Amino acid sequence: MTTAFRRLLVVTLLFGLDLPAAAAGETPQQVIAAAARKVVKIYGAGGLRGLEGYQSGIIVTPDGKIATAASTVLDSDEIDCVLDDGRRFRARLVGVDPRRELALLAIDAEGLPAFAPAAAERAAAGTRVLALSNLFGVAVGDERVSVQRGVVSAVVPLAARRGAADAPYRGAVYVLDCTTNNPGSAGGALVDARGRLLGMLGKELRSTASGIWLNYALPTDELARGCAEIEAGTVARPAAVEVRPFDPRRLGIVLVPDLLDSTPAYVESLVPDSPAARAGLVRDDLVIAVNGRAVPSRAAVERTLGELAAGDPVRLAVVRDGAVVDVDLGPRPQDKETR
Amino acid sequence: MPVPSLSPRVWIAFGAALACAGWAMSAWAAGDAEVLAAERRRVETIRRASAAAVSIFAGAAGGGSGVLVSPDGYALSNFHVTQPAGLVMKCGLDDGRLYDAVLVGLDPTGDVALVKLLGRDDFPFVTLADSDLVEPGDFCFAAGNPFLLATDLRPSISAGIVSGVHRYQFPAGTILEYADCIQVDAAINPGNSGGGLFDAAGRLIGVNGRASFEKRGRVNVGVGYAISANQLRNFMGLLRAGRIADHATLGAVVATSADGRVVVSDILDASDAWRRGLRHDDEIVSLAGRPVRTVNAFKNVLGTLPAGWQVPLVSRRGGRRYETLVRLAAVHTPAELAAILAGDASEPGKERGKEPEREGGRDGGPEGRPARKPPPAAGQHDGLPAAVRGLVDPRPGFANHHFNVVERDRVAKALAAGAIAKADRWVLAGTLAAGGDFRIELADDAATIDLPTGRSTIDPRADLDVRPEPPGSGGLLAALVVWRRLVRAGPAATGRTTYWGTAPADPAALGAVAMPPLVDVLESAVAGVEARLFVDGAGRVVGIDLWTAPDADPCEVRFAGDVDGLPAVIDVRRGTVPFATLRVAAPAAGDRP
Repeated sequence: MTTAFRRLLVVTLLFGLDLPAAAAGETPQQVIAAAARKVVKIYGAGGLRGLEGYQSGIIVTPDGKIATAASTVLDSDEIDCVLDDGRRFRARLVGVDPRRELALLAIDAEGLPAFAPAAAERAAAGTRVLALSNLFGVAVGDERVSVQRGVVSAVVPLAARRGAADAPYRGAVYVLDCTTNNPGSAGGALVDARGRLLGMLGKELRSTASGIWLNYALPTDELARGCAEIEAGTVARPAAVEVRPFDPRRLGIVLVPDLLDSTPAYVESLVPDSPAARAGLVRDDLVIAVNGRAVPSRAAVERTLGELAAGDPVRLAVVRDGAVVDVDLGPRPQDKETR
Repeated sequence: MPVPSLSPRVWIAFGAALACAGWAMSAWAAGDAEVLAAERRRVETIRRASAAAVSIFAGAAGGGSGVLVSPDGYALSNFHVTQPAGLVMKCGLDDGRLYDAVLVGLDPTGDVALVKLLGRDDFPFVTLADSDLVEPGDFCFAAGNPFLLATDLRPSISAGIVSGVHRYQFPAGTILEYADCIQVDAAINPGNSGGGLFDAAGRLIGVNGRASFEKRGRVNVGVGYAISANQLRNFMGLLRAGRIADHATLGAVVATSADGRVVVSDILDASDAWRRGLRHDDEIVSLAGRPVRTVNAFKNVLGTLPAGWQVPLVSRRGGRRYETLVRLAAVHTPAELAAILAGDASEPGKERGKEPEREGGRDGGPEGRPARKPPPAAGQHDGLPAAVRGLVDPRPGFANHHFNVVERDRVAKALAAGAIAKADRWVLAGTLAAGGDFRIELADDAATIDLPTGRSTIDPRADLDVRPEPPGSGGLLAALVVWRRLVRAGPAATGRTTYWGTAPADPAALGAVAMPPLVDVLESAVAGVEARLFVDGAGRVVGIDLWTAPDADPCEVRFAGDVDGLPAVIDVRRGTVPFATLRVAAPAAGDRP
């Protein structure tokens, strides 16, 4: 062990319990400050709870190309990027890679500090990492984005969903032991101990297998490929998003048999002591809305329930004796298929 | 699930050992004693901090954490932790013992409480670090009572790094504002509230009290916030004073202009800032010595300052720079603070969607404003534990007036120990900086000043607000009379005198030096005037502010140097207008105390 490395190890043990060993000559604090200059705060559409109007982005070229997560935040003509030094730029959406859920923005700037995703760094399970993002939108103006420390837990194909919709990207991701699954984190930077880009922090998704919230990052090689395809206009179209219908019997509702193209969602019977029975739903109720969305058919009920995530509250509007009655069924259970 | 009955200390050591097992083993392989020594030092640092960690139990109302900051038992915590407990509570320490504790002071706006553990004068404690030196990436750890797990009174440790500094977290209504706070990824869970956040050396850099929570409910998601040690230091004097401390407002609202400057968008003409010349559209350059480049930065600076402090303000208008000292006003009226304490203030407005929930209390804790146990009525202290009897005095306007008397008498004792306390006649004579001689004589029956412009005399036994003398000074003689009376007769014989708290010895030094020294302040309402006397650590008065009318500029007297217990230089000004600088010559032999 070299003396320099030994000293570094001691410093790390003393002052950086969980910080990865930094490059010789640079303190972890300096590495973080340098990496943070390449992360931007992005503001766009949203602003409601559960639908935040902000996220993070990574500067990938000195002339103002910024990679970020494709999300509803970008559904706006007014996307603003705020740099580490507080400068604010109106961004142009260059393009979107729907499969990787990646978007490329451009701002009119020169000489920016930038990551070099082309020089792909690789991480493996056990790699100590730092995550930089504007989680919870806590930093504004020239305030520095947040940094968290963690470890790569696994490098595995992503199997995730948002509600019941499967996430389109199925390639490899870094699964992180680091809570990056926070509002505003998506699009942030995952870097190694020397501040080199390892990946882009992912969106708020749940594991398809377990339903738990995932902390993950899109590896840099995929990020670079996606950015190149967006610029070249060769982005592949993703498979159509597939929604798994949800069987209302899981809530205790037996609807009339689905015999027509558009069978009205009449309640045929109720499973005794089920959530639906306890909530006061009765035979012959006609379900007309699920969580405020009109459901003209039995199939629509199953589809709309399927778009909810397990644990989401279920609220039905039913027609009973000519009047509309609201019924709260409590949280939606898991799919049969998932454990 | 049953857990093997290992003591938490063993668990802590075990956890710490596990955390660096990878390192340690590789180090072992290399035979690196240095690494093992570093590991042992960290375990020892955590052990020392654990000893100062307090587990607070407020019965059915929940509980939380605290941290001891003095050997005689003063411990910091959160307002939202102690509020449900009321005036007395039980506090557990790492030694496995439960101590009676009593509330000392509160800062509802900053979510801070000071309590005093009883029964020892050799409590383990930690020292406050300079939190302005904390940087993102610094190692940090929290010691506390998450989920009220410390039923055996031993704290839990969670470690991480500093994620951000100078963060601003909006208040709930007007209280529980986290300004200039430290953001960490160490796990901060409900119950950690009030506990210490420590640096690698085990010094206190903050008090944990808040976290951003999201869809997973009220559990850690790697985003906790701590009140900075420097803010705590600013308020410590007010808390020790047994007060309900209030935060500061400039009396002006700021906004970001189209070109990105922070400008005054509204200002009260009754504010000191207005009297000092601040106007609508002026740009704020710095406040209290800290640059203001965003509205958040402005709120961050203000949020760490107590009402009543004088701080430097730099503004710009039309390319010209203005520097002045400005006196900060209070966010609340005393009645509003009393209502907050009684828990009957109107609910705070709905916070914006992105605002995280507040954290605190038992597993999920109180969601709204913390309700308080009603204080025992005067004379009805029979239900209190024997240890706290005589230490509880919930007088209106105070969290616990008992501690005000303690601090007031401490300062008064230091004043009375000075050489001049025994002298009957105080004579100060010398030359004015502007030219000419002066002579001041203070006695029981008359206070006189001779200036080149003439003689002024007042009767110290009469009302002092009738005729501020000498003309133009705003009441220099009255200020000197209050000073002499306090030193000679003591606070009990000087109108209504309380311990105000602490304030910067030299406000102009704020921001220029690390941890600027604070001095004790006594407040006297006597004979129609109100005075604040600044007393340094040696028991010498170093400054007096005297108001003959509220909401007007006081007479500001500043002392420097020392000639046989009397100041060598007396600087007198009113607002920004200097009145005189008096240079005291060595006192004549007959006047020597």
